[in-house]
Amino acid sequence: MNNQQIAEDIVIKFGENAHSFEEPWGLLTFTTNRQHIISLLEYLKQHETFRFNFLTDLTGIHLPDNQGAEFGVIYHLHSLENNVRIRIKVFLSKDDIHIPTATTVWPTANWMERESYDFFGILFDAHPNLIRILNIEDMDYFPLRKEYALEDATREDKIDALFGR
Amino acid sequence: MEDILIPKNTSDALALNRPIIEDTEYTTLNLGPTHPATHGIFQNILKMDGEKIVSGEQTIGYIHRAFEKIAERRPFYQITTLTDRMNYCSSPINNMGWHMTVEKLLGVKVPKRAEYIRVIMMELARISDHIICNSILGVDTGAYSGFLYVFQEREKIYEIYEEMCGARLTTNMGRIGGMERDLSPTAIAKIKDLIYNSLPKAWAEFEKLFNRNRIFVDRIVNVGPITGERALEYGFTGPNLRAAGVDYDVRVMEPYSSYQDFEFDIPVGHNGDTYDRFMVRNQEIWESIKIIRQALENLPEGPFYANENHYYLPPKHDVYKNMEALIYHFKIVMGEIDAPAGEIYHAVEGGNGELGFYLVSDGGRAPYRLHFRRPSFIYYQAYPEMCKGVSISDAIVILSSLNVIAGELDA
Repeated sequence: MNNQQIAEDIVIKFGENAHSFEEPWGLLTFTTNRQHIISLLEYLKQHETFRFNFLTDLTGIHLPDNQGAEFGVIYHLHSLENNVRIRIKVFLSKDDIHIPTATTVWPTANWMERESYDFFGILFDAHPNLIRILNIEDMDYFPLRKEYALEDATREDKIDALFGR
Repeated sequence: MEDILIPKNTSDALALNRPIIEDTEYTTLNLGPTHPATHGIFQNILKMDGEKIVSGEQTIGYIHRAFEKIAERRPFYQITTLTDRMNYCSSPINNMGWHMTVEKLLGVKVPKRAEYIRVIMMELARISDHIICNSILGVDTGAYSGFLYVFQEREKIYEIYEEMCGARLTTNMGRIGGMERDLSPTAIAKIKDLIYNSLPKAWAEFEKLFNRNRIFVDRIVNVGPITGERALEYGFTGPNLRAAGVDYDVRVMEPYSSYQDFEFDIPVGHNGDTYDRFMVRNQEIWESIKIIRQALENLPEGPFYANENHYYLPPKHDVYKNMEALIYHFKIVMGEIDAPAGEIYHAVEGGNGELGFYLVSDGGRAPYRLHFRRPSFIYYQAYPEMCKGVSISDAIVILSSLNVIAGELDA
C-alpha cells in the first residue's frame, strides 16, 4: 500500500471532490470540501485495507490572501496497521466558516475542534460543546488570525531597506 | 422481610404501591484549579453522588501562553525555548523534536554522533519523566518514601543536563543541525555511573517496594481502565495507549535520530488500568537504560554537528578571527536566514505520547503556522469518562497515572 494506491482509490470514490494531490516530504496531502469531509473520513476509517483508524491531529490555518478560501482545517490521519499517514485539507471562505464536526467519527476531535474554534473562529456544526477551551470565555476575537500581528517591540529601529528587503 | 417493602426501581414501586424514594441528590465539587493532589492547574467540576463521581466537567487553559502565536514571530532557533516549556518533565525530547522538524524542512543531514547523543539525552529525559509519574503515583496513594528515594536519580539526570547545556529544567538543549557541545568526559562518566550503578539499583528497589505491594496493588488494579479501541478513539498515544494493549511507538514505527540502530522492546499492558500504566512506565525505564547503554557503547566518532553554516552557529573563537564565521553568526543571531517554504509534520515519542510538530513555512525566517500536537491535551479529554463511577481518591490516582503535564496541556 503506497500513496499512489490511496490517491487512486480516493479519486475513484470521490472524483473531483478530492483534488490537489501532492506529497510534501512523502506525506500524501489532498484537499476536499466540507460537504464531503465527514464521509471521506468515515470511508478512510472503515476502509478494509487502508484502515486510517487514528486521528492524529486536527488544526486550523488562516491564509488571508487566499481569496474565498481564507481558512483551512487540516486533518492528519494515521493508519496504525499500515503505518501510513495522510493529510487532508478543507478550505473555507471567511464569510461562511462552517464545517461539519468530526466528533461523530472520532471523539478525540472534540477538543481539537474546540481549539481550532478558539484560535480561528472556525465553526464546527453539530459539535456537542463548541466553546473556547484555552482562552478566557469572554474573549471577543480569535487570536491566531493573521490580522492580530505580534508586535516586535525590540525592533522598531529596523528599516527593511537597510537589510536588503 | 423489610427490604422487600423498599422499592428498588419504578416497576417495584408500582407493584408494591409505595412511593418512589428519590435518593439521588447530587453534590457539586470543585476539584482544583489549585489542588495539591492534581500536580498542576487542572479544574474538574465534579458531580458527585455521595462519594461516587457521576460526571465531570474540565476547565483547562490556566497556563496557556499562546506558544503557537509567539512562534509565528520568532526565528526558528528561538522556538526551542518555547518547546522547553511544554512538557517540562522531559524538555530535551521536545527540543530535539523541534530541531528534527526544522532539519527535515531544511534538508540537513545530522552526523551519526549527534544523533546518538540526542538519543542518549532523549532517553534520559524519558527516564526522568517516568520517574516523576510513577513515584508521584506512589505519593498519591500514600507511599512517600519511594518518591524520595528515586528523586535522587532524577537529580543525577538533571546534573547530566547541566553538563550538556547548562540548564536543568528548561534545557534548550541542542541546536538545529546537531548538539551545541559534545559529550564531555564528565558527562560520560556521569551517564555511566547513572545507568550502570545507581539507577538500576534504585529502580529495582523501587519496583520491589511497589510492584507486588499488596496495599498499592489493591489500590490501583482495575482503577480507570480503558480498552484499546476506546483509547484509539480518544487519540491516546505513548505509555497510556500501550497500557491498553496497543503497541504503537513512534520510535519503532517511524524511526528518527537512528532509533533503528538500537535493540529494545515495547512493553504493553492488557487492561489499560492504572496498574498497567504504572507497569508499562516501569518497564520503559529499563528499556531506556538498555538504549542508553547501546548508544554509549557504540557511540560513533566524528563531528557532533552538521556542517551547515547557514543554520548552525559557528564556534565563538572563529567569530572573532574569521570573517565568514562573523557574517554567519550575525545573520543567524539576528534571524536573517530564510527557511525554504514547505509543510512538515514530524512526530517524536515524547514522555507521554506522540509529540507532533506541524510546521507550515512560507519561506520566511519564522514559521507561517506552527501547531504542536500535544499528547496530554488530546488524551486528557477522556478523563471524565475514565473516572465515571469511581470515588475521588481513585480519580486522583487516575489523573496521576495519566501523567497530564499542565504546560503541555495548555501550551
